[in-house]
Amino acid sequence: MLYDGDYRSYNAFFNLYVIVMTSLHQIVTIILLTTIIIMTSMAFERVQLYMTIELRHLKKKYDNGEEVLTDINATIENGQFYILVGASGSGKSTILNAIAGFIPINDGTVVINEKDVTQLPPKDRNLSMVFQNYALMPNLTVAENIVFGLAARHTAKDIQQQKLNDVLNLVHLEEYKNKKPGNLSGGQRQRVSLARALVSDAQIILMDEPLSNLDAKLRAEMRKEIRALQQQLGITVIYVTHDQTEAMTMGDQVMVLNKGKIEQIGSPLELYNAPANTFVADFFGSPSINLLDVKMRHNSFHLNDQFEMLTNVDIDEGQYILGVRPENIVISENGALRGELTHIEPLGDGTNIEVNIGQNQSVRIKVSEQLDLTLGDVVSFNVLIDRALLFTPSGQLLHTGKSVSAVI
Amino acid sequence: MKKASNLKFRNESALGWLLLLPSFIILGIFVFYPMLKTFFLSTQLTDLMGNPIKFIGFKNFSNLFTSDSFMTSFTITLIFVFFSTLLTLVMAYLMAMSASQKIMGIAVFRTMFSSTMGVSVTVASILWLFMFNPQIGMFSKILTFLHLPQINFLSDPTWSLVAIIGTTVWMNLGFAFLILLGAIQAIPQDLYQVADLDGASWLMRLRKITIPATSPTIFFVTVVTLINAFQTFGQVDILTSGGPDYHTNLLVYAIYQDAFVNHSVGRASAQSVILTIIIMLFTMIQFYVKNRKGANYANE
Repeated sequence: MLYDGDYRSYNAFFNLYVIVMTSLHQIVTIILLTTIIIMTSMAFERVQLYMTIELRHLKKKYDNGEEVLTDINATIENGQFYILVGASGSGKSTILNAIAGFIPINDGTVVINEKDVTQLPPKDRNLSMVFQNYALMPNLTVAENIVFGLAARHTAKDIQQQKLNDVLNLVHLEEYKNKKPGNLSGGQRQRVSLARALVSDAQIILMDEPLSNLDAKLRAEMRKEIRALQQQLGITVIYVTHDQTEAMTMGDQVMVLNKGKIEQIGSPLELYNAPANTFVADFFGSPSINLLDVKMRHNSFHLNDQFEMLTNVDIDEGQYILGVRPENIVISENGALRGELTHIEPLGDGTNIEVNIGQNQSVRIKVSEQLDLTLGDVVSFNVLIDRALLFTPSGQLLHTGKSVSAVI
Repeated sequence: MKKASNLKFRNESALGWLLLLPSFIILGIFVFYPMLKTFFLSTQLTDLMGNPIKFIGFKNFSNLFTSDSFMTSFTITLIFVFFSTLLTLVMAYLMAMSASQKIMGIAVFRTMFSSTMGVSVTVASILWLFMFNPQIGMFSKILTFLHLPQINFLSDPTWSLVAIIGTTVWMNLGFAFLILLGAIQAIPQDLYQVADLDGASWLMRLRKITIPATSPTIFFVTVVTLINAFQTFGQVDILTSGGPDYHTNLLVYAIYQDAFVNHSVGRASAQSVILTIIIMLFTMIQFYVKNRKGANYANE
């Protein structure tokens, strides 16, 4: 059959054969390769940590009936820098302790890596922690402190030493290895504490206000360092703080807590630009946002029955809260609003002022130039209404930034 | 200006001395004078009334060191001090550790454990006298119940010392427990949380956290219990009167016997001086260590 007929047809058939075989070969190769890739990636995934933490309906009550956590739900993804922020008593440390397993919770589950760990003791949760007061044993040297956990888990001595050297290198503490914590500065102690958390190979590190005992300059430095380490090592960090700057500058995701309830979860800029309510709006930003009680009437906001701000936002007439960030106010000769200067803070690179607009209402303004004003001067200014936030009287967000745009 | 400040200073220091005067008088009459008198009497030959007759230098002391009865009571005192302090410390520490757990109703145990602090030596001794009684005592009842041979705790040469040690430990426990409990509770909780996360064993926690953190307190309690043990008197007097055959004749009881039963005041004073020196030694060690530790912990 093959050699029957002319040469051309044979050639064509051969060509066909070659094409089919090559494509078959290619298909097989592709299939094989993809299987290999999928298999390896699966294997990789299994070893390497698909470390999510899920909090499902966490509830915690004290014995006296006081509710510290009411229905906390959150998912913390692998490699995230997750921040729990709130004032003292907001329950942020309680959540951290519940994740670590230091305190029993009344209801709900903590799931780490798709495994329910709610009933597991802390040591089986594969976590490490950095504490506010460093929690270093004063009687042990820096090196002994760092390998404490490894020693507790009976890691071989030479591996301990190797890991110790690696981590000392990471936090730049090589020459302090044999010192006692009592001879170190606060920043160095916190680095030791950090090193101890890193050396354990736990992929999740809990941090409980680790920088609150440091002075401002050192804090800024450590912020950078911790964030850089987290990115470099790809670890998941759950970080408790009361400091809005830390939350803004370090976090991938931020959970804002108030009295045991979640107010909002989001990225720092989401929280800043679209706060769910006045609490969150007030929490972030320094100086804090101006929350002005306004009346909506005839397409304009009325403030104090005295000032009027035109807008095209489509809402019913009535009472609202207008949230204006201090940096979204401009001082101008013929501003729509005016008031008496009651407070001035020269910052060098700018000025923060407070202006009393009557009826016990103050407006905080932040400008980026130096102002030559004295207390009692009359300041007139305009609100950049297209950057303002609009809240219901109960404090829930109605409209963000651009949607509350000005007509003028 | 300078005169005025000088004047003020003089007035202030005069006031200071005035305020100190009452304590000086009281200390002088009840502490300094008796102490000096004891030192004086220890170098004297005394009559039956305790009056000094003749200066004999260190004769009283050299007599003591060659006398069997003193050496016996000295040895027994050392044995007694060693065991009572050790037992008090170990038991109080274990009690303090268990009472520092956060368990419901633990406060009841804390109160119970520290309650012996409020019992006076006499009351405690009489209590234990009843318990040791061969006819009606608790211990003899227990021995009968267990079908063990009876022990006459207070008239057996070996057991009598054990009985005194037991009583003393029981009495010292309250104080030692309370102080150690305070120290254990003052250890920052986060240290234990670190241990929790790493799954450190009970022994490791004890060795690396609890004991190092409480070591200054352990030392303090040791010294105080030691000094107390050297001065033991009431238990001996009520339970055994130094018997049987001087087997519980602790140093202070021997001094009392020499001074007020045997009427050899010089000899008793010499023993007092020796006891004073021993206690002073321990106090000095304590001060020395405390100051050194203080420097260490100041950085903390």
